[in-house]
Amino acid sequence: MSNTIRTRAMLNGDIAKIMALINHPMSLKIVNGKTIPLNFIEQVKAEINGKQVFLADWSAAISKNPFLAFKVKGAKAGDSVKLSWNDNKGKSGSTEFKIS
Amino acid sequence: MKTIRSISAVVATSLMLIPMVSLAGSQPNPEQDLKAFRQYFEQRFPNTPFKDFSNGSFAKGIGSPGAISQWQSMEEFPPYDFAVAKGKKLFNTPFPNGKTYASCFPHGGIGIAQNYPYVNNKTGQVVTIETAINACREKNGLKPLPWLKGDLADISAYMFSTSDGKAVNVKTPSTPAELKAYETGKKIFYTRRGKLDMSCAGCHTYHSGQRLRAQTISPTLGLVVSFPAYRAKWGALGTIDRRFIGCNKNTQAKPFKPQSTEYRDLQYFLTYMSNGLPINAPQWRP
Amino acid sequence: MEQTRRVFLKRSLTASAIGAAVGAGLLNPRSAFADAWPEKAFMSTNYKEVMKMIDGADTAESGHVTIQAPDIAENGAVVPVTMSSDLDNVVSLTLYTPQNPFPLNSTYEFSHGALPYASFRIKLAKTMPITAVARTADGKLYSATKQVKVTIGGCGG
Repeated sequence: MSNTIRTRAMLNGDIAKIMALINHPMSLKIVNGKTIPLNFIEQVKAEINGKQVFLADWSAAISKNPFLAFKVKGAKAGDSVKLSWNDNKGKSGSTEFKIS
Repeated sequence: MKTIRSISAVVATSLMLIPMVSLAGSQPNPEQDLKAFRQYFEQRFPNTPFKDFSNGSFAKGIGSPGAISQWQSMEEFPPYDFAVAKGKKLFNTPFPNGKTYASCFPHGGIGIAQNYPYVNNKTGQVVTIETAINACREKNGLKPLPWLKGDLADISAYMFSTSDGKAVNVKTPSTPAELKAYETGKKIFYTRRGKLDMSCAGCHTYHSGQRLRAQTISPTLGLVVSFPAYRAKWGALGTIDRRFIGCNKNTQAKPFKPQSTEYRDLQYFLTYMSNGLPINAPQWRP
Repeated sequence: MEQTRRVFLKRSLTASAIGAAVGAGLLNPRSAFADAWPEKAFMSTNYKEVMKMIDGADTAESGHVTIQAPDIAENGAVVPVTMSSDLDNVVSLTLYTPQNPFPLNSTYEFSHGALPYASFRIKLAKTMPITAVARTADGKLYSATKQVKVTIGGCGG
């Protein structure tokens, strides 16, 4: 669902900075002093023109409604970006857009 | 900047300060109050351009560089974007009778939040965006939304976002009802209450810009302009009275009820005192 | 799916095994991924053990890595962090938070032109040094550490 991810891409020469904000609770709870992850994104993958370029492995210690930015060299306008996430509850989301 | 190590130190120093206005027996003069108020903050924060007061304790000349940098980082791609998008969707979703929120507001509710609150001279009640949203629902056969957070905060945030950059434009209190609400709000702001015997003014006017442990006390000028705000502590949006309640609790004063006459009068007073500042809501706060 | 053969880089491979795989042409440093989420590492509460699991060793040479984070966090729930490296052939950047309940915060892998750079927001339970570790294709590790203060806010925490 693309409405779980908001994205922005900035192209500076041939380096694209891609930023994303994902709608997710990234929740944990503390019981008797012990931290228990509840519902959090485990992985975020980024593909450019169908090739995986970036992979993030996350824990519940990433903030709620998580922000993520990465950079790609050799990018150009018109390149297709796909971002996808999946969480520990089996839910997932993705979005696709073109660098402009 | 002095660092205040404890709340009791603030209490001790505020007791020595002369209140800005005498409350008994004088004719209310909001315009004069506003002029004196602006002068006070201009003098207290000479390095802060007037417009920057909308950013509260992250304004230039008030916040530390490290704090401002974090706030800028959060505002660059803010976590409240989803809530505002949801607010927009809710705002545009028709009621069962086919009407939408737009039918209850001037200009369809877009770009008007800077004119709120105002006093309904027939009822004598302060109308805030939040009460207007719920009044609209009741007018169209729906139950009111719970105050302080959730859908109500999201819709309010959306409406304020459509007024981004517009100057706060509360009509100068002049009718008997407006002056009454103004004076009540002002009184609440300056009166010491609760176990710690503190007033809002004690911190936000007289100790604004000083540090309370790791945070800088935000000035009264611009205090409400960033609301509804997304507080990291809440992990969500909250309306101004959500913050009023929290702050009252922190100072061990009994909070008033959400959108009670007291809090609406206070919101009315505080917003008028921020007239001219650009709306910048929602904003991220710690 | 790539046409070329892929070797899935398991976290438990030693530096020498990686080297052997690279030498044998089976492992293109820029195309290998550990596609599975490293559960064991995320669940571990032992910092050195976790670093061994993720980066193959429990110590790193400092330098060539930059970590940006505030000196004093406005709120421990949302601390902005940026990690980057000026090295070539960086396979991953990992953030360790030794005094959080779980020392492994997050790890990032780069290939096909992605630069060794990641910016994100984390939760910190208290004041602590946080460490970024870059791993290059030859298995070498480089690190940078930043002390972040986390306090209770004055205006109600």
